[in-house]
This record gives sequence, C-alpha cells and structure tokens, in this order.
Amino acid sequence: MIIGLSHYLTVAAILFTIGVLGIFVNRRNVIVILMSIELILLAVNINLVSFSVFLHDVVGQVYALVVLTVAAAEAAVGLAILVTFFRWRGSIAVDDASVMRG
Amino acid sequence: MTFQSAAALARPELILIVSALALLVWGAFQSRASVAFTIAAMAALVAAAVASAIGPMGRAFSGGLIVDSGAVFSKVVIYLASALAVPLGERWFARRGMARFEYPVLVMLAALGMGMMVSAGDLISLYISIELQSLALYILAAFQRDDEKSSEAGLKYFVLGALSSGILLYGTSLVYGFAGSTRFEVIAQSMTHGAGVGALFGLIFVVCGIGFKVSAAPFHMWTPDVYEGAPTPVVGFFAGAPKLAAMVLLARILTQSFGGAVDQWRQVLVVMALLSVAVGAFAGLAQSNLKRLWAYSSIASIGYALVGLAAGGAAGIQSMLVYMVLYVVDVTGFFACLAALSRGGKAMETMADFAGLARERPAIALAMTVFSLSALGLPPMSGLWGKYYVFKAAAGAGLVWVAVAALVGSVVAAYYYLKLIKVMWLDPSPGATDAPPAEAVAITYATALFAFPAVLIALIVLDPAAQTAATSLALR
Repeated sequence: MIIGLSHYLTVAAILFTIGVLGIFVNRRNVIVILMSIELILLAVNINLVSFSVFLHDVVGQVYALVVLTVAAAEAAVGLAILVTFFRWRGSIAVDDASVMRG
Repeated sequence: MTFQSAAALARPELILIVSALALLVWGAFQSRASVAFTIAAMAALVAAAVASAIGPMGRAFSGGLIVDSGAVFSKVVIYLASALAVPLGERWFARRGMARFEYPVLVMLAALGMGMMVSAGDLISLYISIELQSLALYILAAFQRDDEKSSEAGLKYFVLGALSSGILLYGTSLVYGFAGSTRFEVIAQSMTHGAGVGALFGLIFVVCGIGFKVSAAPFHMWTPDVYEGAPTPVVGFFAGAPKLAAMVLLARILTQSFGGAVDQWRQVLVVMALLSVAVGAFAGLAQSNLKRLWAYSSIASIGYALVGLAAGGAAGIQSMLVYMVLYVVDVTGFFACLAALSRGGKAMETMADFAGLARERPAIALAMTVFSLSALGLPPMSGLWGKYYVFKAAAGAGLVWVAVAALVGSVVAAYYYLKLIKVMWLDPSPGATDAPPAEAVAITYATALFAFPAVLIALIVLDPAAQTAATSLALR
C-alpha cells in the first residue's frame, strides 16, 4: 500500500476530532483540556506539513513552525490563568468552574 | 518593494510594538503605576490611529499585510477605542488596589493584534494576529487576580478561545492545502468557479472559528459567563473593538479570497445571523445581571452585522462597518456606566441594583437610557442608523425576509431594554450610590452624547468614510 496524502489527512482529522471531543467530553481536569488543545494544534501541523510536501511548497512548513511557536505561548498563558484559578478554588476540576451559571 | 516603503505601510503597528515593549521595560523599573505611564500608553494608541489615518496604502511583506481604505477605517476606530479603555480600566483597577502596569501594555498588544487582523492578507498573518489579540484578551479577562469570578472567566475564555483558534487553524490548513496557497489573492484565483469540497470544508471551519471570536450564535456560549466574570472596563473593551476587527477580517477573507463561493457562504452567514438575533433576544429575557444581559445584547448586535455582511456588496459591507462602529461606541459607553456606579463600595450589576437610579444620578441614568434605546434601535439614537443601513443593504441584496426576521428579534428584545429603563426611572431606590469616578463619567457622557445627538453630525463623515472603506472590502 502506498501512503498518500489522504492517509495523512485522515490521521490529522482523527487527532483533531479526539482533541475537540477531549475538550467537550472531559469533565475531570483542566490540564486534560490543555493537552486536547495541543492535540488539535498538532493535528493541524500534520495537515500543514503533508500538504506542504504534496504541493511542493515550503510555506506550509513555515506555517507549521509558526503554529508551534504560538502553541507554546498559548500553553504558557493557559497555565498562568489556571494557576490563578487554582489559588482560589484549590482544585482544577472542570466541574468546579461553575460560579457563574444561567 | 523596499524595506522603507514596507515599514511605512506598517508604521502604526511599528509605533505600537515599539512603544509597548518600551513601556514594558519602563513598567518593570518603576515601583508602581503612574499617571505618566497611562498617558504614554494612550499617546501611543492615538499616535497609531493618526499614523494609520495619514499613512500610505498598499501591500507589503509579500501580500501578508494589506493596507487599504477598509483597513485604515477599522484601525482608526480600533486604536481610538483601545485608547479609551486604558484610563477607564487603569483607574478602575487602581480604586481596587489592583493597578498594574501590565494593563495598558496588554491593551496595546491586543490593539496591535486587532490592527494586524484588519490588515491580514495571508493565512499566516491572519492566524498570528488573531492569536496576538486573543492571548492578550485572555489575560485581561483574568486580570483581577483577587476575584474568584475573574479567574474563572479568564479560564473559560481561554479554553473556548483556544478551541476556536484550533478550529480556525484547522480550517486554514485545509484552505491552504486545497487552494494551494496561503495568500488571499492566490486563493481567490482557485475559487473563481466556486469552492471545491475540501476548500469549502476549510472555509466553514474558518467561519466557525471567527464566529466564536465575535460570539455569533451558535458559538456564543462562552459570552455571558466571560462578560459576567471579567472586570467591567475590560468587558467594555473586549465587547467592542475586537468584534469590529474580527468582522472586518471575516469580510476580507470571504470577499477577497472566497468571493467566487459567495452562494455557498451566504447561507451560512444568514443562518448564523438569524440564530444570533434569536438567541440574543430570547435568552436575554431571563437575565437579571446587566453584564450577562449586555452579553446577549451584543450577540444580537453581531447578528445584525452578519446580515449586512451576508448582503456582501459595497452597501452590505458599508452597513456592517457603520453598524459595528456605532455598536462599539454604545457598548463602550454602557460598560463605562457600569464601571462608574457602585453602592457602598460594591459594584452594581443586577437589575435590582439600578432601581431608582434616575433620582440618585439622573445624568448617568439618562445616559444608560440612551444606550438601551440605541441598542433597541429606537429613533433617533445611533442604533437606529446602524439598523437602517443594514436593512437597506439586505433589501438591496434580496434578503428582505432576513431583515424582517431580525426586526422581529428587536421587538422581543425591546422587553428587557424597556424593563431596565422602567426600573431606573420608576422604581424606588434602595439607597445612596457612591460618587462616580471622573474618568468613567467623562467617557459615559461623551459616548452618550455621541449616541444622540452627535451621531447625526458624525454620520456626515462616517457615511462616506465607510463607503470608501467598503469599496476595498466588497465583493467584486
């Protein structure tokens, strides 16, 4: 079997779906949500790099590097906000983020 | 293109980034926030607005930065709205003993992101600018670290914002793969006969991702919680300018790179617009907290702006721009009112807190009445003119039924706007309010006077300016 573009896209689509489901289905832990976000971004990177290879266009790989950098910044901001949340609630369970409802 | 001419095109952004970094260093060396620091941040934002108004137009950095009349128009509004947010938030935090020099710097970085959003001409610059703006706004939402609600709002905003960025990014990767380029104008060449399945898939993801950012239904669920929990002046900031930036970005990507697929995306926008108006009107009925109520009001407002965008032509884009500018002024003023008012040191947020405000603080109550009537779209307030432009454009594009359905939503929403007015003017007051702070009052009065009557004069300038801006963003 020859591994073609569609195989890479399928893997990326599966990873992306797992990431999105991880955010919505997971009711336990905010850290798991941060991991799911990383999963989404990495799925995108697989897409970008495989397109880049099959289009013979280097821009996709540049884009992937940019995404990696922004993902690091995003994780830093997310963890910082999580720390302030934890100081108040003493927990990082998703269900505890429920002061505001309605 | 030489580096000098590229730098001249990016001058407003260069002013902002250099002054933001300089202020960051200055802030790190000063012991506590000073007035000079706040003024310097405002000066940089105003300078960026002036620089974009008088600067040259064109494309730079291989098409990654587009400076056209649409971008210039939006940048002036965005930078001025951000300049207003600096003193409002700075003094508000200072009164709570939370003054931090990071606040003006974060507002400037968010403004920089928004300015780049409206100038983005490439999927990579689109993503970077959205993230720059969003990351600054996540921190601002959680800025009141000693408040439980604020950190929860920041966390929710971060999680759903990061999800929306991920969805948007996945969409851009598909667009890149199936259109073969990240440049908007090259994507447009492959869309002349409508979008293929892959690119259309990508486009839908991009629209959903930006829909999250502008809190259009069905992607609005984060809005009420975040608006309720985040510090009031910060809400006034991120309910206004970022939505204008995201709407202009959406207009640019839809018309400049997916103009050939207009029949495919128009239906999506119409559905989102009608859902937003319906959610804003009906879910708003059950709210007693004014920050939540205004979250739903802003969802409905985005619905109207989307009707204008769905119309797509020059008139449609013009109506969207006029509507969003008037909306930004209204929402800034309303949250300045909320930031100004407190009773016994406690912020007034629920409908009951506002009982009898007209006898306590008649001028502020009058301003809030003006904002409510304007959001409702009653003549002769500014909101009416925004809606007038939108309906005219919708009728011109054969979307009359959409405009009529949106009008029905306004009628439903009238209930909560009129209820707020009734509570303020007719109900007995539960006690004396604290003296309102000067800067919040000044912003309240200025924006209320803009909502009526200054809007009638402003439209003389705004109408042709938005029309010129629309020609660069409209469908060809």
